[in-house]
Amino acid sequence: MSDRRPYVRPMDPGWWANPTYRHYTIRELTGLAVALYGLVLFAGLGALVRGPEAYAGFLDFLRSPFSFLLHLALLGAVVWHVITWCRILPKTMPKLIIQGKTVPQETMTKIASIVMAAGSGVLLLIAIGAAAR
Amino acid sequence: MSETMETRRAAPEKRSIAPAFWLPFGAGGMVAALFGPALILITGFLAPSVFPARFASYESALAFARHPLGKLIILAVIALFLWHGAERVFLTLKDMKTAPVPNLKVVTYGLAAAVSLLTAIMLLLVGF
Repeated sequence: MSDRRPYVRPMDPGWWANPTYRHYTIRELTGLAVALYGLVLFAGLGALVRGPEAYAGFLDFLRSPFSFLLHLALLGAVVWHVITWCRILPKTMPKLIIQGKTVPQETMTKIASIVMAAGSGVLLLIAIGAAAR
Repeated sequence: MSETMETRRAAPEKRSIAPAFWLPFGAGGMVAALFGPALILITGFLAPSVFPARFASYESALAFARHPLGKLIILAVIALFLWHGAERVFLTLKDMKTAPVPNLKVVTYGLAAAVSLLTAIMLLLVGF
C-alpha cells in the first residue's frame, strides 16, 4: 500500500490581515498587552530596588500623560482580552450536562464574566479600603 | 503470520515540551482575567494620582515588597503575565509564519524567563 500524501492547501502568509481573520488577530495581539503591563510593573520593581529617588522618578512617570494613555490602552486591551476569553472558554470545555440539560455557551460566558468582574471588583475594594484607612 | 492483518507499529511519538509552557500561560491568563483590569486601574491611575501619597510611597512599596506575601504576589503577577504574553505572542507569530519556530521560542520564552529570573533576584535584593 502506498503512503498517504495528504493535500495541504497553501495558506496566504498575510492571512491574518484578511478582514475575515481581523477579529482573531486583534484578539491575539491583546495578549501582548498583558505582558507589556507586566513589564511596566517590572520597571517599577527595578526602580524600587534602586532606591527612593529612582522610585520617585517612576511615580512621576506614572503621572505623565504618556503613562496615562499607555495604561488606558493597556486597560482597554486587557478588558477585551478578558471578555473574549470568557467567550472562548465554553468552546474549549467539554460539553457540560447538568440535570439532563446541556449548559448553553452563553450561560458559561455570563458566569465567567461575572466571576472576572467580581475578582477585579474585590481587588479594587481592597485597594480603596487600604487607601482610605 | 498473516501479513495482510499485520498492524504496522507506529514510530514512538515525539514528545513535545509545549505543555510545560501551557501551564504558566494558563495561570497567567487566569490571574490576568481575575485581577488584571483592577491592577491596571490601581497601579496606572489610582495609586499615582488619586489615592493619598502614603499608599504608593517608597516606604509602603518597600514594606510590601519585603513581606513574604507581597513577594509572592509581585513574582506571580509579573512572571505569569510575562509567560502568558510570551506564549500568546509565540503562537501568533508562529501562525503568521514570521520566523523559524526555534527562533521564536528563544525570543518569546527567553524574554519571559529572563524577566521572571530578574524579578526573583530583585525581590531578594529588596530584602526582608
